[in-house]
Amino acid sequence: MSNFDFDSIPHIAEVSACHGAYAEENVNEKNLMSFDERQKESKKVLPSIEEAIRRVGLKDGMTISFHHHFRNGDYVINMVMDVIAKMGFKGLTLAASSLTDCHWPLIEHIKNGVIKHIETSGLRGKLGDAVSHGLMDFPVIFRSHGGRAAAIESGELHIDVAFLGAPSCDPYGNANGYNRDSEEGSCCGSLGYAKLDALYADKCIIITDHLVSFPNTPFGIPESQVDYVVKVDNIGDPNGIMSGATRYTKNPKELLIAQYATNAIVASGYFKDNFSMQMGSGGASLAVARYLREKMIEQDIKCRFALGGITGQIVQMHEEGLVKKILDVQSFDLIAANSVKNNRFHQQIDASYYASYLNKGAAVNQLDFVILSALEVDTDFNVNVMTGSDGVIRGAVGGHPDTAAGASMTVVVCPLLRGRIPTICSKVNTVCTPGKTVDVVVTDQGIAVNPARPELYKRFVEAGLPVTTIEKLRDRAERIAGTPESIKYGDKIVGVLMYRDNTVLDVIREVID
Amino acid sequence: MSRLRRSMLFVPGNNPGMIRDAHIYGSDSIMFDLEDSVAITEKDTARFLVYNALTHLRYGKKELVVRINDLSSGLGIADLEAIVRAQPDVIRLPKTDSAKDVIECEREIERIEREAGIPVGKTGMMAAIESANGVLNAREIAFASKRLIGIALGAEDYVTDLKTTRSPEGIELMFARGMIVNAAKAAGIMALDTVYSDVNNEEGFINEATMIKKMGFDGKSVINPRQIAPLHAVFTPSEKDLNKARAVMEAIAEANARGSGVASLKGKMIDKPVVARAQYLLEMAERAKTMTVEDI
Repeated sequence: MSNFDFDSIPHIAEVSACHGAYAEENVNEKNLMSFDERQKESKKVLPSIEEAIRRVGLKDGMTISFHHHFRNGDYVINMVMDVIAKMGFKGLTLAASSLTDCHWPLIEHIKNGVIKHIETSGLRGKLGDAVSHGLMDFPVIFRSHGGRAAAIESGELHIDVAFLGAPSCDPYGNANGYNRDSEEGSCCGSLGYAKLDALYADKCIIITDHLVSFPNTPFGIPESQVDYVVKVDNIGDPNGIMSGATRYTKNPKELLIAQYATNAIVASGYFKDNFSMQMGSGGASLAVARYLREKMIEQDIKCRFALGGITGQIVQMHEEGLVKKILDVQSFDLIAANSVKNNRFHQQIDASYYASYLNKGAAVNQLDFVILSALEVDTDFNVNVMTGSDGVIRGAVGGHPDTAAGASMTVVVCPLLRGRIPTICSKVNTVCTPGKTVDVVVTDQGIAVNPARPELYKRFVEAGLPVTTIEKLRDRAERIAGTPESIKYGDKIVGVLMYRDNTVLDVIREVID
Repeated sequence: MSRLRRSMLFVPGNNPGMIRDAHIYGSDSIMFDLEDSVAITEKDTARFLVYNALTHLRYGKKELVVRINDLSSGLGIADLEAIVRAQPDVIRLPKTDSAKDVIECEREIERIEREAGIPVGKTGMMAAIESANGVLNAREIAFASKRLIGIALGAEDYVTDLKTTRSPEGIELMFARGMIVNAAKAAGIMALDTVYSDVNNEEGFINEATMIKKMGFDGKSVINPRQIAPLHAVFTPSEKDLNKARAVMEAIAEANARGSGVASLKGKMIDKPVVARAQYLLEMAERAKTMTVEDI
């Protein structure tokens, strides 16, 4: 009991009949408007982004945050940054959960000094290229989804103002990744990355294109965390936000890799009733879902929960009763997004619950296995998902290192070669996920098992899988393609890769053309 | 017993990406094509690429076949000059109408083998029959050379010759398939079926594969790696059939021990052809067993 004295009760000075906020006359009058009228009068709804920025008291040098649930269809970041630039702010830190191709207009804001620093999970396209060529004075900080959550929780990444796009929101700020009141407009399903920003940011502004009636339940972000709501015409291009359904690949090589990966999972010892898994949305990864589904039906095995970025394939398995529960930090397609809306046991989770290193328990720690992709894997099993064969930033860390560290078996799927470039090499350009957390690498030309997992190696051999060593895979790749010339980097560090515990994992240097 | 040839994967000779990865899909044979899948302007490129692939890349234990252009096209000799020197397992001769076509091709192969210091007879051959005339001559073609490992049906040209088209159930190919499978078995070589072009119709493909296996064909050409697994599934004996075959072998072994050549199993007589079939089934299953990384 804290500070509970209340003059040590007995008769508390023989109380009067009227207490508290209403003790004095004409103070804090009750609102007598009807519910309908109140909504129209909500003080949270502001006419423009500019007005919201003024009200939250944005200052030069502050940290602003955005989410990437709208992927390449996002209008919010560019829209907000244009207003901020016009209002004359300088020296801001932009902390987005990730950035994609469509965010290239940020280059101008960086050049003009509006943005001084960027924190993100990834960069792509023109922006990634410009950063790799030395656009910024201070290096970009790359964090995994779990790492970002931990940094926000620890205060290492303090968000002053969060600008969070939402496909629906009511006048008090209950926001969601879909619109329950109509089928129109944009839809992104889970608001997993935005949820944490709303919770921790000093000020939170929801930007929506569908202002719906209170209460917008069940909500992704509650009104208790929202300062202001701004309605705009469009928060994104629905086609860029997500496609109707992620399609199964017909690429025979991806199918082959998926077949090997599935067989490896089945042989691993982790494929038993009530197992847990995470799959990506890449071609091979999705095909694993299909093949694994067949094995589950064949052997009458059910999955307790599927985690992560969720696809229509996982939803289908959920609706068939093969996957009991879904924990969804990010919905990858419209089927997944609609499932968040309609399926009781398809739960949206925030980035911390998903993968933080610092909280009291993260879902990644309950994974039996995860299927991940890679741009490069080296003979120490380190994985690069960030820089291309030319050294330029063209990827995102995502939940890669988080799930790799959490899962009992981390399976990386990749082709042995991409065009003329070996995927398996002696040293990756950028370490995004440490080799110690990677157990199995599945390529179209054989499966390599981390020597730290001899029992997996033994099981795969017994199952008749094409198992080999990572060195042999590298040799095979280099025999066909040759050893690529090393990339010419300058000394300047343009990016710093933080591991999920907020220690420095690797750096990315400026590319010299 | 000769090797399994359940599947022969077509790889266009002018596609470096596909040539590089041709061995990873688990087909029993790979057939690099210099003929119909290569445009006339690409013929030199394809020949050069396939020659270099054969001499530089490693394809594990896969059987390597090269389909050359027919000799009358004016390209066939140039193909042989390059390809025989690269030493594939088999040269596939297209559009074979008569034994003469086989003999002429063999003569060129032998000449090149001698010039290149390759043991004479090392290069195998197969002949594709793709015309009405060729089908009628299937028997003489099958017996035309000791190098022949098999004869194959090329259905697209054949149905054009018949002035009909291909149907899902393949009624127009019944006679040709019957002739070819019979001629091949008479000559003690393999009968190999034509491609199924609708790669997205897996059910139709499986139906056709089931039928041609029943007819006696040893395998089939495939144009997409996705067709390999279903094809092998058709050609892989079921566990039930294998158990039956094992029981047959045990019963006959017992009978042999008693000095008898005939046994009985569950009231049915087991004689020589039954034993031969059981033995063939078990051998096939053994060969089709798990893949190791060396096979890739």
